[in-house]
Amino acid sequence: MPLIRTYRPSGWPYATLNQLSALGEELNRLFDLSTRAGLRPNDSLQSWMPPLDLRETPDAFIATLELPGMKREQIEVSVHEGVLSVSGERLPSEPAEGCSVFRSERPFGRFQRSVSLPKPVQADATKATYRDGILTVTLPKAEEAKPKQIEVSVG
Amino acid sequence: MLNPQATTDSQNQTRPDEEVWLTPRVDISEQKDEYVLEAEMPGVAKETLEVLLENNELTLVGRRAHREQPGEPLHVESSRHHFRRTFELDPVIDANRVSVRIEQGLVTVRLPKSEQAKPRRIEVS
Repeated sequence: MPLIRTYRPSGWPYATLNQLSALGEELNRLFDLSTRAGLRPNDSLQSWMPPLDLRETPDAFIATLELPGMKREQIEVSVHEGVLSVSGERLPSEPAEGCSVFRSERPFGRFQRSVSLPKPVQADATKATYRDGILTVTLPKAEEAKPKQIEVSVG
Repeated sequence: MLNPQATTDSQNQTRPDEEVWLTPRVDISEQKDEYVLEAEMPGVAKETLEVLLENNELTLVGRRAHREQPGEPLHVESSRHHFRRTFELDPVIDANRVSVRIEQGLVTVRLPKSEQAKPRRIEVS
């Protein structure tokens, strides 16, 4: 499972990652063509990896995942030892009788994403909402991780 | 058949004067009396989904709500581009009865076949 390490934002090699992901897509496309697997390109070659974003505010970390067309009860969110994990499963739809499938590009099966948070969080105050196919998890920082203004006193 | 068209399909077109669109992933199935198309458009709400039906072509345009998100990004995998994809429709589809709904970023389009196109049992006299 991918473990995302989050460094200082300035140090994150966005371009390199994007290039890698583009290369991955290109490879998938080639495999897809060669195996004539127009159906289920994601099935065997690549596990389902919904895109994950992480943002930081002074008070919290906010993680968002793109999970279109899921049911709320199919998504599990947990926080353990500073690591946020989101997992779930989408079952393939059972084809109805006399139904034929023309195209099947949507991924299904299990997914799991984890991200280790760079600062301590209050696990039991974590909130998750699911709207328009996007899961948003808000993790308030632990008191000791919040920035503090220190008053300067004149001595 | 319901053919996704190659011309509008390619991801990340990079001509500078043209908007870049993401191609939504779709499932398409045919049932006895209709086609069902499901397209993934995370971040798109009912108000920002546009469905155009013209000259035997169905075009889905989904715009993501670009809410100003607080804080600074530490890690970004999502794309900010909007979705667009065009499909060529089988002439048997009754364009007047096409219905669309969106739920949790999943667009479902139901394309009923016209009455004449449905399989019929002919009584033998």
